[in-house]
Amino acid sequence: MNLVGAPIDRVDGRRKITGTARYAAETPLPGLTYAVMVESTIPAGTIAAVDAAAATRASGVIAVLTYENAPKVEQHKVAGMTDRNLPLLQDRIVRYDRQPVAVVVADTFERATDAASLVRIRYDTSVPALSLAHGSGYHPEHSHGDEPSVYERGNVDAAFAGADVKIDRTYTTPVEHHNPMEPHATVATWDGDVLTVYDATQGVFGTRSRLAVAFGIPPANVRVVCPFVGGGFGSKGSAWAHTVLAAMAARAVKRPVKLVLARPQMFGSVGYRPATIQRVTLGAKRDGTLVSTLHEVRSQTSIFDEFVEPSAELTKMLYAVPNVRTINTVVPLNAATPTFMRAPGESSGSFALESAMDELAYAVGLDPLEVRLRNHADSDPSKQLPFSSKSLRECYSVGAERFGWSRRVPRARSMRDGGLLVGMGVASATYPTNRSAASALVRLSSDGTAHVFAGTQDLGTGAYTVFSQVAAEELGIPVSSVRFELGDTNFPMGPVSGGSQTTASVGNAVSVAARSARDRAIGLALGDPQSSLHGHDADAIDVRDGRIFLRDRPDVGDTYAAILGRHPQGEIEERGDARPGDEKTAFSMHAFGAQFAEVRVDPELGTVRVVKMVGAFASGRILNAKTARSQYLGGMVWGLSMALHEITRTDARSGRIMNANLADYLVPVNKDVPSDFEAYIVPEDDPNVNPLGVKGIGEIGIVGAAAAIANAVYHATGTRVRDLPIQPEKLV
Amino acid sequence: MPVDVGPRAGPHPVPVTLTINGMRHDLTIEPRVTLLDALREYANLPGTKKGCDQGTCGACTVLVNGRRIDSCLTLAIMHTGARITTIEGLADGDRLHPMQAAFLEHDGFQCGYCTPGQILSAVALLAEKRPLDDASIREFMSGNICRCGAYKNIVDAVAAAGKQNV
Ligand code: FES
Ligand code: FES
Repeated sequence: MNLVGAPIDRVDGRRKITGTARYAAETPLPGLTYAVMVESTIPAGTIAAVDAAAATRASGVIAVLTYENAPKVEQHKVAGMTDRNLPLLQDRIVRYDRQPVAVVVADTFERATDAASLVRIRYDTSVPALSLAHGSGYHPEHSHGDEPSVYERGNVDAAFAGADVKIDRTYTTPVEHHNPMEPHATVATWDGDVLTVYDATQGVFGTRSRLAVAFGIPPANVRVVCPFVGGGFGSKGSAWAHTVLAAMAARAVKRPVKLVLARPQMFGSVGYRPATIQRVTLGAKRDGTLVSTLHEVRSQTSIFDEFVEPSAELTKMLYAVPNVRTINTVVPLNAATPTFMRAPGESSGSFALESAMDELAYAVGLDPLEVRLRNHADSDPSKQLPFSSKSLRECYSVGAERFGWSRRVPRARSMRDGGLLVGMGVASATYPTNRSAASALVRLSSDGTAHVFAGTQDLGTGAYTVFSQVAAEELGIPVSSVRFELGDTNFPMGPVSGGSQTTASVGNAVSVAARSARDRAIGLALGDPQSSLHGHDADAIDVRDGRIFLRDRPDVGDTYAAILGRHPQGEIEERGDARPGDEKTAFSMHAFGAQFAEVRVDPELGTVRVVKMVGAFASGRILNAKTARSQYLGGMVWGLSMALHEITRTDARSGRIMNANLADYLVPVNKDVPSDFEAYIVPEDDPNVNPLGVKGIGEIGIVGAAAAIANAVYHATGTRVRDLPIQPEKLV
Repeated sequence: MPVDVGPRAGPHPVPVTLTINGMRHDLTIEPRVTLLDALREYANLPGTKKGCDQGTCGACTVLVNGRRIDSCLTLAIMHTGARITTIEGLADGDRLHPMQAAFLEHDGFQCGYCTPGQILSAVALLAEKRPLDDASIREFMSGNICRCGAYKNIVDAVAAAGKQNV
């Protein structure tokens, strides 16, 4: 029986559909108090005076913390890609709109909310830095990981100068906020010097180390728990101010504190996708083959921390171009610190690059798919390594076929459906395969069940389910006999759930742990005179349905339950550790895909409706086709949203965010997503990438999707929108 | 100039009796407590989710006398005597409500945070006797945001449950 790959229902699904899954804010603790954050109303300046008297005297209020009385904590980051400098009420400086400036704690949520409205703060304002286009920027040391922020191969200027066809365009993407449906939430409680935090997080261990640093206590004194996360998309990948402030408040009032961000506060201090200005130049021969690509990225960061939107990383490797230069510039603004948001870099960068490729297709008079095929990279031109596997051509052909690409009439503004303009667009997708060290623990019991523990997270990705499948297959027991637990720093260490790395990292650890538990049980049986397997050779053994037996004589066997029932402890426990090997030095590792979109545009109103979307993705071995498809579809919804809906608007004079709620910050609702919307899994066998053969699937679904829609809009209308989102006014 | 508004006493807690999933809940809460917070913070029924507290996301959808409403936009004290149904009251013991089963089978969710609201909204949609074609389901499920983007599977789940119903 092949459990891995089976499209089984989510093992945590029942808890989610019956309302018994407990998210962070739902942790019941005796004596719980409620904290509400007060945020700054200016983007730059200093706090001149705080008047907390009325709030302090309001009924039920236990404490009001401001920079005047907050305990000293460490607000600087120490290490790690996800760690951030945090505003923790340590000084009077205001660095961005919606910065936390006070925390009110009361005995009920209503009283804390009411009292928070009574805190009066007077500011001395200073002139904020707000312009990405005109602000002065710098080249960070790295664009991403170890990648230099300025990169060149060949000679771009010379090649571009000599090119037959030249494209030189600037594309812009706006600030976008993740807005997971579950607002960030923390419940913090102290027992002496030991802190326990129930936190909505994508990384329990990252949050643990941040809290340990903030309070100057050993990490062993901090426990972070998070069995369920109501979406994260990157925004919960770092420990932000509210988590530390909740713990600070709990220590101050000597009672457990719950702090949940209000929806408008989700636009405050929990990260966002920074705005980008991207110049792309393409130099090509008449036949559409590229001779040069330049990709200059300007993105914003905060004045107190650095985050680089790595939009040009994919430009280095997606096409076989001899001459490539990429440059990242960051501009510090009086805005909160940006962060990773679903496919950071690849999503925003693919909009620019894949729009430019479309422009090239029209310039040379080729089908946009054909231009991409002509520039297909058979190996990674930046790393000069073979791909561990690459099925992009298959993605193009499967996608084109399922989409019906052949229906497309080449010329722009040439297809109609009644009074509506019809357009079709395509784009490539790619996302790197990441992997970090991870560990897991498997406990096999005498009732024949396995209990598996790993300090990882399930953001809705299916981690509970696929890791249960991996453990079940390695152990040779049904999935229903596996209980998988995650989201606790008491479990073996796992990395942040970001960069689509969870399955590759933790999956391999679960597999190692389960295999060694199985082997140990086999060893017990072989060495046990009471077992019918006594004295047999381990090589002759097979395991299925909880039973260990001789491959050639299946009637001779023994069950886990019986073997462990005779074991003095009644159970065995094995730990598995997995870490990246040297595959990175031998291969370039990426998932690939192709996105197709069809739109209808009303020429008078400028309204765009996506009527069909098809994605085809190859991401190595798929552990669960059902949850994988959901991940891809979700990513494509994000792409649609990026193309047509999402933008956080900041008032250019006041520096304040103007649409901090879900009525004015638009995300797709059910009606925005067409019925004709499908993701296809292109089978791919990758023996090189990692032992399980898996690549990430959480992010690639958004990559290229916005460009495919923008390209379809151009095909429909003949108007090229280079500034996201594509709103009606840009088309009339 | 800061204005001293004087000590804020706040409204006094009062007894409020709610009937939730057929069970009587005697709460002592301030009149300003929303139905959503009454469920989550006072009645120990956190299955109903808070996504925005502003009536924009539908995560807090519950049934009041069979009608779907955003429980964040109404006060608990206004619903004494009403029949309130939350996600915790939908299954019959271990037997899932057909809509719950359909969501599970069709993978109509990912993170699960919008899910209780989606399911209750869908249960009400069937009771409203809406047409059950794709376009209609998509329209009448548009009050419930799913940021994970499980929409297609939600539509499939609602359509499947609807077929069983008729
Ligand atoms: S929480 Fe009520 S509509 Fe969002
Ligand atoms: S399942 Fe996550 S928001 Fe709908």
